[in-house]
Amino acid sequence: MTDAPADAVAKSAGTAPQSRPVLVRAIQALGTHNFSLLIALAILIAIFGALRPDVFFLPRNISNIGQAIAILGVLATAQTIVIVSGGLDISVGSILGMSTVCIALAVETTGSTTLAILFGIAVSAVMGLVNGLIITLGRVNAVIATLGTMAAFRGVAFIISNGQSISIFDPALRFIGDGKILGIPVTIEVLMLVIAVFFVLMRYTVTGRNIYAIGGNPLVARLAGLPIRTYQIGIYALSGAAAGLAGMLLAARTGSGQPLSGSQGAELEAITAAVLGGCALTGGKGTILGGLLGVLIIGVLNNGMILTSVPTFYQMVAKGVLLIAAVVIAEHQARRFG
Amino acid sequence: MSSLENAEDRAPVLSVRGVSKRFGVVQALDDVSLEVRHGEVLALVGENGAGKSTLVRIIEGVHQPDQGMLEAGGAPRAFRSPADAHALGIRVIHQEPDIIPDLSIAENLFLGDFRRVRGLFLDRRDLARRTRAMLAAFGLQDELSPWTRAGALGPAYRQLMEIMRALRSGVRLLALDEPTSSLTEDETRRLFDVVEQLRRDGVAIVYISHRMHEVMAIADRVAVLRDGRLVATRMTHEVGEAEIVQLMVGRPITELFDPSARSLGPVLLSVSGVTTRRVHDISFHVRAGEVVGLAGLVGAGRSELAEAIFGHDRAIAGSVAVAGKAVRLRSPADAIAAGIGFAPEDRKSQALLLLRSVKDNITLCVPDLISRFDFISGEDERSVAGALVERLRVRTPSLDQLVSKLSGGNQQKVVLGRWLARRPKVLILDEPTRGIDVGAKAEIYRLIAELAAEGMALLVISSEMPELLGLCDRLLVMTGGRIVADLARAEASEERILDLAMGNNLLRGERTMVA
Repeated sequence: MTDAPADAVAKSAGTAPQSRPVLVRAIQALGTHNFSLLIALAILIAIFGALRPDVFFLPRNISNIGQAIAILGVLATAQTIVIVSGGLDISVGSILGMSTVCIALAVETTGSTTLAILFGIAVSAVMGLVNGLIITLGRVNAVIATLGTMAAFRGVAFIISNGQSISIFDPALRFIGDGKILGIPVTIEVLMLVIAVFFVLMRYTVTGRNIYAIGGNPLVARLAGLPIRTYQIGIYALSGAAAGLAGMLLAARTGSGQPLSGSQGAELEAITAAVLGGCALTGGKGTILGGLLGVLIIGVLNNGMILTSVPTFYQMVAKGVLLIAAVVIAEHQARRFG
Repeated sequence: MSSLENAEDRAPVLSVRGVSKRFGVVQALDDVSLEVRHGEVLALVGENGAGKSTLVRIIEGVHQPDQGMLEAGGAPRAFRSPADAHALGIRVIHQEPDIIPDLSIAENLFLGDFRRVRGLFLDRRDLARRTRAMLAAFGLQDELSPWTRAGALGPAYRQLMEIMRALRSGVRLLALDEPTSSLTEDETRRLFDVVEQLRRDGVAIVYISHRMHEVMAIADRVAVLRDGRLVATRMTHEVGEAEIVQLMVGRPITELFDPSARSLGPVLLSVSGVTTRRVHDISFHVRAGEVVGLAGLVGAGRSELAEAIFGHDRAIAGSVAVAGKAVRLRSPADAIAAGIGFAPEDRKSQALLLLRSVKDNITLCVPDLISRFDFISGEDERSVAGALVERLRVRTPSLDQLVSKLSGGNQQKVVLGRWLARRPKVLILDEPTRGIDVGAKAEIYRLIAELAAEGMALLVISSEMPELLGLCDRLLVMTGGRIVADLARAEASEERILDLAMGNNLLRGERTMVA
């Protein structure tokens, strides 16, 4: 392990960066992990493209994939930030469900789309804040804390909706769900905006860098004077708000607020995407771009399995296996490359 | 010590022949040849970084030599892993023995060798019987029960347990790595009895320590390592402590440091009556341009004191003032804001973000220098980090290099760089040269002198006495969580400090109070 410095010195002395081939430089810019994800994605596309050449590449289907991953994408990129900070948020599915209900109720009572959306996201952010407070002030393990609130928030969603689905009759929300601006579905545009914000946050700001520091080694971060708890509380609130936004997208898509929405493994898919994307569950490692690639892989896989008529139950098995496989591969890589 | 006379005649249990080992830029071992014989205690001494630990790890099979080889039982051996060394009866007892805290003594001792009743159930009676026999051999049968939880044992018992575990599997060579660093005098004496008994049984013992009086008391021969080379092997009865120290250091220590007298400014750090759970009623001050050393044995409370001053450990009583202004310390963030910097003892677990680059590590505490409205300016960031890499002569291929890939010395420079970027008024350095090579050490000494000359107040914790004596204007000696002496450089000597640190001073009223 301590042989590394000599190795590195030798490398830098040997080849100047300019002399490397274009492909190598491209891989380096992207990161080797993201590059392997791209290859995996290409393979998946090739497989499903070959199995259903009649449907898979139709614009309609591509758009379907895009619509489907918009919600997962928002959840997964926020989850990436949570995992990088050394935490985990498994309550996002419940917050999402809660958000759809809140938005549906708020549209009904206020009649204002903007107010309803803001209300849904604000309530979700507060739920995230509750997670953050339980984890930091209560010193509860993040998995346990959010496992508890996952059940509790779901319960609240049922209580305030009386267990009923609430229909939304609102043209503006319908436009968000079905409409297009410049030929691109609005949901995908929302996803791209979220990704752009998160990408800049994690890559180009002091806040982002501090999140990596806190997740990488909380003791080092504390001894460097970073307010760890404040960051953690903020991150869970952000995760909640993102789940609220995802709930808004879902409510817009389905035209209803449903207390059950997001209960079908939304958190599982979000965590899987983040881990596939290179997040270490020990924290400090992972990128928004990687998370997005993880989302694309899951999106294509889901879509492909539907197109090739894989029964739903088998799809669930496949997703569970995928999460575990992603962790196993990440663990293996960490051990090999330190 | 009747075994002394015929020690020369005994056959070697293990021969090290021309072993060299390199880690990156550091030549940890350079052509070392050494024999360890049956029934002798060979002491291995040398400064930190002289290569003692590397040699032990090679003997144990953790590292493999780049050149040279090992011979045991008259045949060359290649140890690819500790298991290979264990198979030949070679065992190393580390400073912090591996025990499983939630298992009992008996279970820890016989792990992997449990006998069963009816092929299924753990034979507790047999386990207890075998454990009692083992405890009896060490005279511990009355003190310890086989079913005591191992985690409840102090360091001395843990060490003895580790030795028992080694004996159980038939040991021919036992290496003890700084075994007494966390033991009391009584415990040390007991350990020596055990070592003596093993020697009489014909076990070869390698004893690593930097406590000279222990080495003189227990060893038959002394092997001195310096900068990776074996510089001398002597019979203990033929040399004096002073000669060994001279061999270890290889040069008069004073040459390492800049002896020029510094001019002292106003008091920058003043600590009065600080008490935490682990340190008691601590008062002292450090002036601008002054280097104050904290001496003491492991566990004397030096790092704990540093953590209290830095706001990492909460003070129950007392106050800290920086440049005359009282500081409320609720967290390290408060201390940093007040102008205190702290480079902790364990670089890898306390100071460095190993997954991040050199640049990110250096700029961690100076967000305002590298960003505007939270957005990082790549240019500012590179100029801040680049200037410090240059000033500290950090050997790194680029600013984007992962800090984990640097050598220990360069990692330490990165930690120092982080604080230099911040320009604190007070800088606390906990073991700043631990585990780094001699060249980087000298650079860090020079830097400390430079910072003092620039008017910083420095508090240096070190377990290397020569380092403290050479670097510091004043020395505070700690024992049992208290400061027991405040010595000017001229009054301090290695023996005096050691004496005080061992707690022999209390009756003599050496304690000098500082306002």
